[in-house]
Amino acid sequence: MPRFLKLLHGDQTIGRGPAFWVGFCVVLLGALLYPLGADDYYVGNTAYFFIWIFMALGLSLIWGYTGMLSFGQTAFFGLAGYGYGVISINLGSAYGLTFFALVSAVLLAALLALLLGYFMIYGRIGGVFFGIVTLSVTFAFSQFLAQTAGPQWRIGAARLNGYNGMGGILPLSLPWFGEEIYIEGSILYYLLLVMLVVCYLALRILVNSRFGNVLVAIRENPERAEMLGYDIRKYQLAIFVIGGALAGISGAMYTSWGQFITPATMALPAVAMPIIWVAVGGRKDLTATLVGTFVLLYVFQTVTVYSQQYALILMGALLLLTVLFAPSGYVVAFAELLRRLTAAKPRDNAVSRRVIRRATDD
Amino acid sequence: MASILETRSLQKRFGGLQAVANVDFEIDDGELHCLIGPNGAGKSTLFKLILGRYPPTAGTIRFRGEDITHLRSYERIRRGMSIKMQVPGIFKDLSVRQNLAIALQEHCRPARLAAEIDRLAEFVDLTEQASQLAGNLSHGQQQWLEIGMAVAIKPSLLLLDEPTAGMSPEETFKTGEIVHRLNAERMTILVVEHDMTFIRQMARRITVMHLGTIFAQGTMDEITRHEGVSRIYLGESHDG
Repeated sequence: MPRFLKLLHGDQTIGRGPAFWVGFCVVLLGALLYPLGADDYYVGNTAYFFIWIFMALGLSLIWGYTGMLSFGQTAFFGLAGYGYGVISINLGSAYGLTFFALVSAVLLAALLALLLGYFMIYGRIGGVFFGIVTLSVTFAFSQFLAQTAGPQWRIGAARLNGYNGMGGILPLSLPWFGEEIYIEGSILYYLLLVMLVVCYLALRILVNSRFGNVLVAIRENPERAEMLGYDIRKYQLAIFVIGGALAGISGAMYTSWGQFITPATMALPAVAMPIIWVAVGGRKDLTATLVGTFVLLYVFQTVTVYSQQYALILMGALLLLTVLFAPSGYVVAFAELLRRLTAAKPRDNAVSRRVIRRATDD
Repeated sequence: MASILETRSLQKRFGGLQAVANVDFEIDDGELHCLIGPNGAGKSTLFKLILGRYPPTAGTIRFRGEDITHLRSYERIRRGMSIKMQVPGIFKDLSVRQNLAIALQEHCRPARLAAEIDRLAEFVDLTEQASQLAGNLSHGQQQWLEIGMAVAIKPSLLLLDEPTAGMSPEETFKTGEIVHRLNAERMTILVVEHDMTFIRQMARRITVMHLGTIFAQGTMDEITRHEGVSRIYLGESHDG
């Protein structure tokens, strides 16, 4: 097996051995078959859930793995969302240019993360101030977009349109023998599924690599990490940019999916949501983040059907319950429970146990 | 013998407090050097200046002939310094093995990593605890783990800040043995320590700091016979 594939499991991720990968394949197979049997509405809705997971994975890297609590994910999401809208409206959809808009929007988010991250990390803003500055930037960006209702606020053909939101955005599309295939419905579902699987596996390799080891070292004890000769600022900035780009994927895909975006996507509830998904699932693990985010999105939407206010209260309550009873996250706690139930088996799974134990000991 | 570390007129001032005042200090290559002094003498500040944790108010620091006064900490580490901090600076939520791996990974080939971790764990007597979380180790074991991590990066100068703080006499003795073995392998070592038994066990050149200056230098015998040293330790004089 190539060396980098061995990094699919390691100390920094829960889940290894045949049982985990069989489970992974079963879930993947289920996800692949799902559109064949499910109603179009549910397929589109599940694609919508997938969209948000990239942003959550990015936050897991920044906060869970590297120890920097960031509210900036929502700003990167918003910038990429608006960026996709503006570029796609101006360039149109010929020659598959909407994919160019997607890539550009993600790069825009990464660029903002690079600039913001550079000034914060090299300016030695750390701890709680990192959260405060990222939150302020997100609100400032959201407030700026909120006051763009006037006709003068336009970029080319794209009107920003304030709280009313920017409409008329083109969905992703590809030219196909003189016709145009719109990436929506099942096609969008499969595209997102492939992107998600590739991202998830690539990030598993990243966090189990030497680079990932240093991230975790920075989270645990930044001074010690530096005293081993690591320039910790470079690592922090790199992961902040990767996390920002992942939020950018969510933002651009969200705008392509709904063909509409408003500043409300960056308001307080929107800022809090990624924090809640990641904390409740288990911020220090990619799998826990992925599963936790999907489940919470489903629960949130189900409750929202009855009352949006109750859904928000439920999310807040879940965060409190997590802090009180499972600081490492419920998916991690569930994995630990599974481990205990199967502990009688002789098969050794020491590393996963260690990861789970240290996460639950917090 | 050539000096590996050299400070010239090194000063550090915090507001009105002169923590380190005009310190000219040298360590020879391969030496095992102890730095002692009462609380507030400026030992820790000197360590932090050497490591680049604080910028000096004035003066220069040379390491292996190079002026490193304005380099960042990690750049000094990459040039061959390493430190075991006073409060165990380990990754408590990671296993002993992971702690050592993070220290070693840039300093050995990936294929050799596992073997090197085993070798280092054995060196600091943590083979049996290799899979344990570092935070679950005893205080003494945490100190040894950090020494192991500090040594993993193959430094030419190792700084040990109170390596025996909080240790039992047996653990202190064992720490002394570890330090001696490292020095025997030609590693230059500078130790800040309060435990006189330990310093006696080291039995090499000693520098006494007082009120931010170098107060006395010499062998253990010379220092114990030095009248001023016993006075400052008893707190009777501030003028030497």
